[in-house]
Amino acid sequence: MIRINCPYCGERDHSEFSYGGDATINYPSLDASEKEWTEAIFFRKNIKGFQFETWHHSNGCRMWLVVERSTVTHEIKSVKPCHPDLQRVVENNK
Amino acid sequence: MKTRRIDNYGKINRDKILSFRWDKKNYKGFEGDTLASALLANNIGIVGRSFKYHRPRGIFSSGVEESGALVTIGSKDRRDPNVRATTQELYNGLEASGQNAFPNVNFDLAGINNYLGRFFAAGFYYKTFMGIPPLEWGKGTAIWMFFEKFIRKAAGMGSASGLPDPDTYEHAHDFCDLIVVGSGPAGVAAAVEAAEKKLDVILVEQDSLIGGNQLAENDFDNSQIKNQLENLGIKIMTRTTAFGLYDNCVVGLLERVTDHISAPNVNIPRQRFWTIRAKHIIVGAGAIERHIAFNNNDIPGVMTVNASKHYLNRYGVLTGKRIVIATNNDSVYETAHQLSEAGANVTVLDSRTNFEIETNKSFEIRKGYVPYNINGSKKIDSLDISKSETINKSETINCDQVLLSGGWSPAVHLLSHRGVKPKWDYNNACFLPSDTKENITMVGSSRGLWNKNDCIASGIAGTTDALNRLGISKTNYFFPKPGGWKNPIQPLYEVKYKKSRSKSFVDYQHDVTTDDVRLAHREGFISVEHLKRYTTLGMANDQGKMGNIIGLSLMAELLNKEIPEVGTTVFRPPYTPISIGALSGRNVGKHFRPLRVTPMHQWNIDHGAKMIEVGLYQRPWYYPKENETLSDSYIREASTVRKTVGICDVTSLGKIAIQGPDSTEFLNRIYSNGFSKLQVGKARYGIMLRDDGIVMDDGTSWRLAENEYFMTTSTGEAAKVMSWLEELLQTRWTDLNVNVTSVSEQWAGVSVAGPKSREVLNNCVDDSLVITNNNLPFMGVTSTFLKGNIPCRIARISFSGELAFEVYVKSDFANTMMDLLWANAKKYDGCLYGLEALGALRVEKGHVTAAELDGRVTIDDAGLSKMASTKKSYIGSAMRKRGVLKNNDREILVGFFPTNLKETFNAGTIVCEKNNIKGQGIGRITSVTYSPELGHWIGLGFVKGGLDKWKDTNLVGADPVRNKQMDLKVVSPHMIDPKGERMYA
Ligand SMILES: [Zn+2]
Repeated sequence: MIRINCPYCGERDHSEFSYGGDATINYPSLDASEKEWTEAIFFRKNIKGFQFETWHHSNGCRMWLVVERSTVTHEIKSVKPCHPDLQRVVENNK
Repeated sequence: MKTRRIDNYGKINRDKILSFRWDKKNYKGFEGDTLASALLANNIGIVGRSFKYHRPRGIFSSGVEESGALVTIGSKDRRDPNVRATTQELYNGLEASGQNAFPNVNFDLAGINNYLGRFFAAGFYYKTFMGIPPLEWGKGTAIWMFFEKFIRKAAGMGSASGLPDPDTYEHAHDFCDLIVVGSGPAGVAAAVEAAEKKLDVILVEQDSLIGGNQLAENDFDNSQIKNQLENLGIKIMTRTTAFGLYDNCVVGLLERVTDHISAPNVNIPRQRFWTIRAKHIIVGAGAIERHIAFNNNDIPGVMTVNASKHYLNRYGVLTGKRIVIATNNDSVYETAHQLSEAGANVTVLDSRTNFEIETNKSFEIRKGYVPYNINGSKKIDSLDISKSETINKSETINCDQVLLSGGWSPAVHLLSHRGVKPKWDYNNACFLPSDTKENITMVGSSRGLWNKNDCIASGIAGTTDALNRLGISKTNYFFPKPGGWKNPIQPLYEVKYKKSRSKSFVDYQHDVTTDDVRLAHREGFISVEHLKRYTTLGMANDQGKMGNIIGLSLMAELLNKEIPEVGTTVFRPPYTPISIGALSGRNVGKHFRPLRVTPMHQWNIDHGAKMIEVGLYQRPWYYPKENETLSDSYIREASTVRKTVGICDVTSLGKIAIQGPDSTEFLNRIYSNGFSKLQVGKARYGIMLRDDGIVMDDGTSWRLAENEYFMTTSTGEAAKVMSWLEELLQTRWTDLNVNVTSVSEQWAGVSVAGPKSREVLNNCVDDSLVITNNNLPFMGVTSTFLKGNIPCRIARISFSGELAFEVYVKSDFANTMMDLLWANAKKYDGCLYGLEALGALRVEKGHVTAAELDGRVTIDDAGLSKMASTKKSYIGSAMRKRGVLKNNDREILVGFFPTNLKETFNAGTIVCEKNNIKGQGIGRITSVTYSPELGHWIGLGFVKGGLDKWKDTNLVGADPVRNKQMDLKVVSPHMIDPKGERMYA
C-alpha cells in the first residue's frame, strides 16, 4: 500500500486518494487548436522512474496534490498542493 | 493400535486429554498437540490421497510447508478444506477427515490413476484442451467435454461446504516503529534490542507458541523469553501470519483468533485481517528443510528430519522405530542422536564421503550413500540404497521411516513480495535474500545462518540497521556470514532411478515428478515461469516451499546451466493461504458496500415504496397499490403525473454550491452552453463535456444571487463532477476566485410534476404569489417558505415534460415537506411516483440519462447540438469535432416504436437493417418503457445516420441473448408534446 503524506492531513493510505494524472501538463487555453489539445490530452510519456503526478485527497481534505513518485518502486520523494497559494501556505508553515 | 507417544518427551499437557474424530472414528490427544502430532501418536500414517495419482500420502513436515497432510476440518457450514494438519491445533471435539479419496484414504478407488500416470503427465490439461493428436488436432475438445466432469472430480483437493459462512471476520489496523516477523532466536533478539532502544515493537509469530525452531529442542522453555518480551512492552501476536509485505512498510497479517477453540464465543471473530503500518520491518522467518527426489519418495513414513525432531521433543511422538535418515548436510546429526536416545534404531545415509562429525556412536553413519527407492505402498517396508558416486541399488535396509534433509531454504518469500530477487549461494546450496533500499532487514536463518549464536547476533545487527535507517543512530554493525556447519553441504536434489515408470516426486502436493520436469524440458518449456505453469510445480497452496529448488536444479541440469542462470520463481502473497472471509471482513451481505438513503427514506417506505439500488443510493422504484405488479404500478403512476400530479423523491441528485466572484465565468467555461447571461432567479439546463469532447454529465445550475449558484448533477456522476470542478480550480484555473462545496447531503429534493402541480404547491407555500406563471416562469428559481415557516428553494424544472417544480428543503425538514405535499397532492388524486415511472416519463420526452450518456456520446450524437455554444470556448470545445467525432455516420439519438405496436422490446437490443442481421448492427436501444400516453412500447437509442436516414425504413431489433427479434421503426426521440407546451403552462 502506498502511503502519501498529505501536507494538510498527514501520512495516509493511498486508498484515501484518487489518482489524477500527469502533473506536468500545461493545459492549453480553451480556444487553443485541436492539435494543441490533442497533444495535451492524449500524448503521455511512459516514465520509468520518478514522475510528477496529481492525486486528489478525495476521502480527506479534498486537496489536489502533486506527488513525485517512482513508477518502479512507488517511492515518494515529495508531496505538495497543486494550487500555488496553498503551496505557499504549506511552505510558510514548515 | 499401539501409540507412538513416548514418556518423558514433549511439552504437551498430558493432564488435559482431548477427544477428536478422524475419518469418523474417535481418537485421543493432548492439549498442545497439533492434529498431525495427534494422528501420528495414534499411529495413523495415511492422511490423504494425492492430487493426480491418488497415491496414499502421510505427514511430511511439522509446519506451514506441509504438502501431504491437507485435511478437511469441521462439518456442514463450518467445513474448511485443505487445512494443514501440521498447523491445526487440536481441540476437544475436533472433527477432521482425509481428502481426495473415495470411500476413504486407506482404500481409494481412484488409486487406479497411479497406473494411468502417463495420461496425467505434465501439460495434461493443456493437451486435453487442445484435442488429442492426431484424431482431434484442430477439432477442439470433444474428449475433454466428455471427461471433464470426471477429471474435475478426480483431480481436486477438499471440497468447500457450498453454504454461507456462519463465522465473522474482522479487519484491524495498527501502527508501530518496528515489526518483527518470527520469534526464533534472531527475531526475539531483534525485538528485545529494539524495545530497549525505545522503539514501539510488534512481534509476529505464526505458531501458537513463541520460539521458532527452538520449539524442536528438548530442553527449550519459552516462558522466560515471553516474560522478557512482555516486560519490555512488546506487542506479541501469536497464531498470526505475516502473509505479505507491501509498499511503504505495510504488512498484512492474518490472526487466527478461534481456529484452535472448540466452542468459540460467537461475539469473537474467527480471524482478523491486520494492516500494520510500520517504519521498519525485520524478517526472521526461518528456513525450510528440503526433501530429496528419488523413487517412491512419497510413501507414508517419509518426513523431513526437522519434523521428526519437532514431533519427538515438542509432542512426545517417536515417528519411527527403524529410521533411515538421508542427508547431504550436518543439520541432521543432533536429531539422529536424539531419536536413537529415544529408542529408535537410526541409520544415517550421508551423500558426502569426506567429512568429520562428532557422535556418540549410538547410530550408524553410512558415508557416501543415498536413498534409491522405497519399497512399500501404504507404508514403508524397506529402503534400497545406493553409493552416491555411481547410482545403482547396492543394498536394502529394512525400516519403517525415511527422514530426508536435502538442505535448507531460507524463507525469503516476504522479501520476494517486494520484488527483491534472491541470490544463489553455492556454498550453502540455497537462495539468500538480497539487499533492498526499503526499510526491510532479513535476520537469522532466513538470511542463511545455521547456528543459534549467529542468529542472535544477526537479530541485534538487524535492529541496529533499522535504527540507522530510521536516523535514530549511526552505529557500525555487521551480519555473521551465511552458513555455520562444520562440513560443507553437498548439493543433492535427485537420485535417479534406473527403471522406467518410476515416480520420484518434486512437488508432493501437485504430484509433479522429476519426469514431468524432463517432459517440460523436452517440449520446450524451459523458462522457470513456463516450467511452473506447464507442470504446475509450486502452484499448490504450499507454493513449492519444499520442492521448488529441486525443480530448478533438475532444469539447470537439463540445460547444462547453474541454478541461478535458470532463475527463480517470484513468490507472491500470501505466504500461507488466507480465507476469503478474512479478506472481506465485515464487508459482506448488506455491508458489502456503503448504503446511501435519502432523508425521506423511511417516509417513502411507510408510504408503500418498493426500493431499488441506484449506485449506492436506495431510491423509490414504484409505489404499488394492493396487488399491483411493477408494471401495473408504474403505468398508473406515469399516467397520473400526465393527468393530475405526482411527487417523486429526487434527493439523490448531486448538489454543489458554487460561490465567489468568478462563479459565472467558471460555469461559462465548464458548460457547453452559455451561462454568462443567466439572470439571478433563473436556472439553466447545462451539459458538461470532458477535455476530449465527449459528454461527461448534464444537470441544472440555478443562479441564486450575483455570485452564487446551486448546481445539480446526475445521481451517478455527482462525485466525479465534484472532483472535476475541484481539479479545475486547484490545478488549471488557480486564478479564478470560486469556491465549490458539495451540499448533496444538506438538501432534500422532490419533483412535483403534472398539470395540477401548481395548485398543489399553492396550498403548500406561505405565499402563493411567488409561484405564479409570471413570478416563476419556466426555469424560474425562487427562495421562499413552505407553510410552517420552512425555508425552501423552488425551481420550475421539468424532467417529465409536464408543468413541474423541484422543491428543496434542508434535509431535516424532508419528512415535513413530504407530509405537506402529499396531503395536498391527494386532494387532486395525485400519486407518489418512483424511478420506473420517472423513466417512462422521460423516455416519452426523449430526455437522456446515464443509459444514453455512456461516455461515448457527443452532444451532437445526443441530438443536443443547440446546447453547444458557438460564441465561446469551453472545456471540450476544441475537441468535440475532432476526427471520428465529426463522421456523418455516427450513431444519433432517436426514438423507436415496434412496427407491430403489440410487440415489446428490451434495452440492449441491437438495431439492424432487414436481411443484414449481424455484428453490432447499425444501432442499439438504450432505454425502453411502456408508454401509457401512447399505449404501446417505446424506446430510446442510437442509430447510424439518425432519424433523417431511417425515417421511413423498416429496421429489425435483434436480441440474441433473449432469442428475440422484432420489426422496428425509427421515430423522433421527442415522442410526446414535442413543442413542450405543457412545461410552459
Ligand atoms: Zn488531505
